[in-house]
Amino acid sequence: MPDWMTDLSVWLRVGEILLGAMVILLPLLAVVAYYTYAERKVVGFMQMRLGPSRVGPRGLFQPIADVLKLLTKEVVLPAQANRGLFLLAPLAALVPALGAWAVVPFDDGLWLANIDAGLLYVLALTSLGAYGIIIAGWASNSKYALLGAMRQAAQVVSYEIAMGFALVGVLMLSGSLNLAAIVQAQSGGILDWFFLPLLPLLLVYLVSGVAETNRLPFDVVEGESELVAGFHVEYSGSAFAVFFLAEYSAMILISALTAILFFGGWLSPFEGTQLAQAVPVLDSGIHWWLLKTAFFMFCFLWFRATFPRYRYDQIMRLGWKVFIPVTLIWIFVLGAARYAGYTG
Amino acid sequence: MRWLNSLLYLLRSLSLWDLFRGLRLTARRLFSRKITLRYPDEKTPKSPRFRGLHALRRYPNGEERCIACKLCEAVCPALAITIESEERADGSRRTTRYDIDLFKCVYCGFCEEACPTDAVVETDILEFHFERRGDQIMTKEDLLAVGDRYEEQIAEHRKGDAKFR
Repeated sequence: MPDWMTDLSVWLRVGEILLGAMVILLPLLAVVAYYTYAERKVVGFMQMRLGPSRVGPRGLFQPIADVLKLLTKEVVLPAQANRGLFLLAPLAALVPALGAWAVVPFDDGLWLANIDAGLLYVLALTSLGAYGIIIAGWASNSKYALLGAMRQAAQVVSYEIAMGFALVGVLMLSGSLNLAAIVQAQSGGILDWFFLPLLPLLLVYLVSGVAETNRLPFDVVEGESELVAGFHVEYSGSAFAVFFLAEYSAMILISALTAILFFGGWLSPFEGTQLAQAVPVLDSGIHWWLLKTAFFMFCFLWFRATFPRYRYDQIMRLGWKVFIPVTLIWIFVLGAARYAGYTG
Repeated sequence: MRWLNSLLYLLRSLSLWDLFRGLRLTARRLFSRKITLRYPDEKTPKSPRFRGLHALRRYPNGEERCIACKLCEAVCPALAITIESEERADGSRRTTRYDIDLFKCVYCGFCEEACPTDAVVETDILEFHFERRGDQIMTKEDLLAVGDRYEEQIAEHRKGDAKFR
């Protein structure tokens, strides 16, 4: 038996990490459940409807009913589908979406892992989620699913670049790949946050994030009116629920990252002023991060209720002919500004 | 001035002007009054002329109004009404059979308008269903029972509409 296996401190550390993962994941799952409720409510309200209102007071138990329904339904395996890949795909979509949460800094010192290449890790995991979708579409042996998977592959290739370039801007200003260090580089009040010098990159990042999570107006991968349900046509029951979970936790992740990378994470907009010293709530803390994340989560729903779906070729045009040039130009401008002595 | 127009267009699309206008519209709708009707709890008002479930009426003395003239049977565009009649012991003509097939009926209200004695009417009842095949054929007894049960309401609706007839 190797030495480390008998070392108690190793196992204590493992237990600590597992406990930390639970502390992050369980609230995340609850938030995902109520995010679906919020989505139906917000989109309904924006269309002058009431949304779910019959299960429990104001429809508040609707997500519970939905989860119970999905879990008790049969997972249908298509006869000609590749069984192994078909069942692997939902997990391949879910694991990266949850795994990225390991490095998210919630508050100063409040994180599961503080790794130096955190930004790279997050970027890698968010693009890994696309493989789940591509595998799902391929393994289903269905023409609609395959079309969805192909669109996903093209979309990932186009928007991953723009997203990466947008993050290069963050990198140039903060000088670090560590997410906590990026937040600390933005300290000093609302005017020191990165969204001001990086405004075009913020827009590119946000839109690429929406595209990356296959949300409207970029949901060509699902495209109900074109591809029935796209990559997950053949999925039912809990396998479908896992895809759902992956999509929504990816949305929450993108919102959280937008708050961290461009809007100063846990930092208060009144940081350093006398107001923040007088009223403790206005000082920096996890509640600011939650507030900012909730706002961007709302934006996802807001976009869905507002914009019609982009056509596939328009998505390609936007990605290649608008976003990549815009980010490149801005990186150049930023580099020139840095060279001239601007420090953010 | 083509270059100016294309410059303006470029500025307009790069500043996301149209997208923000769309977002403003939906944001305003978020707080506007909701028009959803929670159906079984809330219902839209119905006109007294609403054409729903049929009924056969009686006179206040209990005598049925229908005199088996078969005008409704003749006018019915869906051939949903079947009438048989014979002379009663007191010498008057009455129906022995008066069936309306509600699956054939198109609820046009012609039977109601054709009726010289206001015997066959359409009530404003719209929430009814049938549980067995064959139940959709309303017999004379069924129709008279509907009429007896809702006579007050039927009479009120006829009265309100009388001056337009």
